[in-house]
Amino acid sequence: MSFPKVRVPYLLLLPGFAFLFTFFILPIINLAQTSTQTPVDGGDTGQYEQTLAFSNYIQAFVENKEQFGRSFLYASLATIFALAIAYPLAYAIAFKAGKFKNILLVLVVAPFFPSFLLRTVAWKQILGEEGFVVPGLRSLNIIGEQTTLTSTSIAVVAGMTYNFLPFMTLPLYASLERIDPRTIEAAGDLYANGITAFRRVTVPLSMPGVVAGTLLTFIPAAGDYVNAAILGSPNTKMIGNVIESRYFKIVDYPTAAALSFTLMVAILILVTLYIRKAGTEELV
Amino acid sequence: MSQKMKDASIPTIPLKARFSRWFGRNLLRIYMIFGFTYLFIPVAYTFAFSFNDSGKSNLIWKGFTLDNWKNPCGAPEVCNALGNSIKIGLLATIFSTILGTMIAFAIGRYKFKGRSSSNLLIFLPMATPEIVLGASLLSLFLAFKINPGFWPTVIAHVVFCVSFVVVTVKARIASLDPRLEQAAMDLYANELETFRKVTLPLVAPGIAGAALLAFSLSFDDFIITNFNSGTLITFPKFVYVSAARGIPAQANVIGSAMFFLALAIVIAGQLVKRKKTR
Amino acid sequence: MSKDPITARGDLRLTRITKSYGDFTAVDDLTLTIPKGSFFALLGPSGCGKTTTLRMVAGLEEPTVGSIHLGDTDITTTRPYQRPINTVFQNYALFPHLTIFENIAFGLRRRGIKDVKEQVDKVLNLVELPHLAERKPTQLSGGQQQRIALARAIVNRPALLLLDEPLGALDLKLRRQMQIELKWIQREVGLTFVHVTHDQEEAMTMADTIAVMNEGKIEQMGSPADLYDNPETAFVANFLGQSNLIKGKIDGNDGDNLVVDLYGQKISMPKKRSHAVDNSLYAGIRPEKFRISRLGTPVKGNTLTGGRIEDVSYIGVSTQYVVAMPWGQEVMVFEQNDDGVAPFDKGDEVNISWEPNFTFGLRGDEDIEAGTEVNPEELEEE
Repeated sequence: MSFPKVRVPYLLLLPGFAFLFTFFILPIINLAQTSTQTPVDGGDTGQYEQTLAFSNYIQAFVENKEQFGRSFLYASLATIFALAIAYPLAYAIAFKAGKFKNILLVLVVAPFFPSFLLRTVAWKQILGEEGFVVPGLRSLNIIGEQTTLTSTSIAVVAGMTYNFLPFMTLPLYASLERIDPRTIEAAGDLYANGITAFRRVTVPLSMPGVVAGTLLTFIPAAGDYVNAAILGSPNTKMIGNVIESRYFKIVDYPTAAALSFTLMVAILILVTLYIRKAGTEELV
Repeated sequence: MSQKMKDASIPTIPLKARFSRWFGRNLLRIYMIFGFTYLFIPVAYTFAFSFNDSGKSNLIWKGFTLDNWKNPCGAPEVCNALGNSIKIGLLATIFSTILGTMIAFAIGRYKFKGRSSSNLLIFLPMATPEIVLGASLLSLFLAFKINPGFWPTVIAHVVFCVSFVVVTVKARIASLDPRLEQAAMDLYANELETFRKVTLPLVAPGIAGAALLAFSLSFDDFIITNFNSGTLITFPKFVYVSAARGIPAQANVIGSAMFFLALAIVIAGQLVKRKKTR
Repeated sequence: MSKDPITARGDLRLTRITKSYGDFTAVDDLTLTIPKGSFFALLGPSGCGKTTTLRMVAGLEEPTVGSIHLGDTDITTTRPYQRPINTVFQNYALFPHLTIFENIAFGLRRRGIKDVKEQVDKVLNLVELPHLAERKPTQLSGGQQQRIALARAIVNRPALLLLDEPLGALDLKLRRQMQIELKWIQREVGLTFVHVTHDQEEAMTMADTIAVMNEGKIEQMGSPADLYDNPETAFVANFLGQSNLIKGKIDGNDGDNLVVDLYGQKISMPKKRSHAVDNSLYAGIRPEKFRISRLGTPVKGNTLTGGRIEDVSYIGVSTQYVVAMPWGQEVMVFEQNDDGVAPFDKGDEVNISWEPNFTFGLRGDEDIEAGTEVNPEELEEE
């Protein structure tokens, strides 16, 4: 290696960062630009000029505040449910599985090998009118003739909960597995019963996993539109559905860009606040 | 032992205490059974309906057949879409693995000015919702009058795969004992030889894992693809488009096959690892 | 009987405890009483069942059969947090997310004590680390962590304090210092200490009573001096220090003494120090009890003649000799360097002699290698 040593890291970074700059940073800048454009007078559909129209943002937000609210509500609910389902599962694998640990970890991830879309469609069909669940529940009189399981906000949240579960389970497992079981025994030895030991020792020590898991679930869930499109109805539209239709159906790029940008900034702010509050900055 | 158990002079533990302890100990096991059942319902459903003698729409069970498995390309678009997904996946994997591994070595092995901002640049794509990544790339392509399609999709996939490769490979590098490299140099290996003979073989499992992760992320991606692929159909896109009228059973065949293939790869990986540690 | 176990005080009694994991029996029909206020050590090699025994007393494991009493309270199935017993864990198990102060206050707070400051400060002073209260465990050295783990346990004033290889992670010098401090603290606070270790020197330095465990059973129990001077089995003879075991036959009586024939040479030893069951026996003599003399020099006590110096190691306070005996056995002899020079050389022909009262007798069917194959310093915990 003939070049001076100090340059090595920069040379290694160069191709990757050039790529990320061109195809990640530039597009974001471009998105910001697009978001303040307005249609050219008398031009074709899809022709815009830069007019620094920040009013796009206000308009986009006012028109879609319901969908924004829904996105954050659904994503929060899905994150909470995923945490509630994944925590005991990760805990059981980390502490109770013994030699089956690796097999169970594979089994946790395995259901997510078939395509994300196929899984969602499978849920739609299982819970749909022609599936076996709804007729079964109806014949048992648990739900009425009019009640459906799909096309509801519950179905959308349930779908997101299921689909993002491994993103919650794996980081939780990783941080639970690192806990020295003797610290939990020590809590028991020091007069903490099972619940107290869990609350005072296990939970605080697994916080890095909780933070990572909730972020990895919340971020994709907030921007998702697949679950809402397949499992929901027009009344469950999320901000992702709006952005998609602004791009492809209405061809209103500035509004779509303004919505995307707002979503990104809102998520970044929430994430920053959350990490501050949770007090873990060792995520990267 | 068994004689000792019957010996009346040995104090025994009351049955009630034993039962409540058993229940406490097994509560989590019982939960695991429910949890895994829940996880596997869609997989089981997809697998079962890959044998459905369904014709066009695979919504209702109409009878058992092996035809779908014998002829997975029976629905013509399925195989076309699958082919595109595999091609895009492989290319995205190769590029993102190379770029990501280089970055991982730079960040994991060197201290340099700008290291923490480099970390931030790697973290940002992971913290950005897919829809924003997809939409922003699309507006860039449109601004430069590039039509969405095959290569824009590959580029888009590399963008979000790189970060995951960096994180995976970096973790592996961090777990390496630096004394191994020092030992190699002590034994007359120069920098390049040390890298080739010691560092790279030790990091290789991490790189392989990262490549697998990149491929599965790319293969499974829908949102970013949908924005940048134009008229090109990938497998997830095909499923999305045909979801409304019911997807053909051949898609279930492919989904199930992917499940078993991935399972086989992971289990093989585990076995290799176990063999090596023995 | 129905009183709250947390208030139980008194002797710890284990009655016919067996703990099996599938086919493996870790503890085998163990009965043991540990008197209140004593410093008791369970000593044995890795895998002998000592840690399992400790964990059953702590409530972290449950015996397969048998019972555990503290005073007159049955605590066999009592949960760990309901027992007035605290543990200093191996590697300490300090809570990494809590400060030192909160680590120590943990047990007090769980028992609903609101004003913990005074007690925590007092115990921090006892272990001489009051300035570290606001640190986190990872910022402390190994020795400091060890003391905090001790403080965290004794602040609760338990009926029983369990120490699981408490000094295993410390270096030799620090270990010696902590041994003395632990002993001092035990006297200071007046608690019952039960100490599990594989380090015979550590057990002998600190404990009043030692139980030597092997393969799930107690081999011998007694004061350190009893165990060292009069071991009852080859395992104890070899595990605590070194022993020379010489095969012999009981040839007759001489008042309170036995006459023993060792490869044709007669020696005598006290009857009450023999644990033989028939005529065959191993005569045991500790290396430092031997004296070496040149052929022809008159000596007192038992004498074995025909030795030849095979090896000499000078180690300062003493000189260690390996002496080959006429029947092919090599014996170890440690001589004090009273006069500053090593008086014998390799190849010298010598006699070895010793005071008859120092001899101990083991059963003739013992495996004389028992307890030698384990090197306690090298073993980590089971």
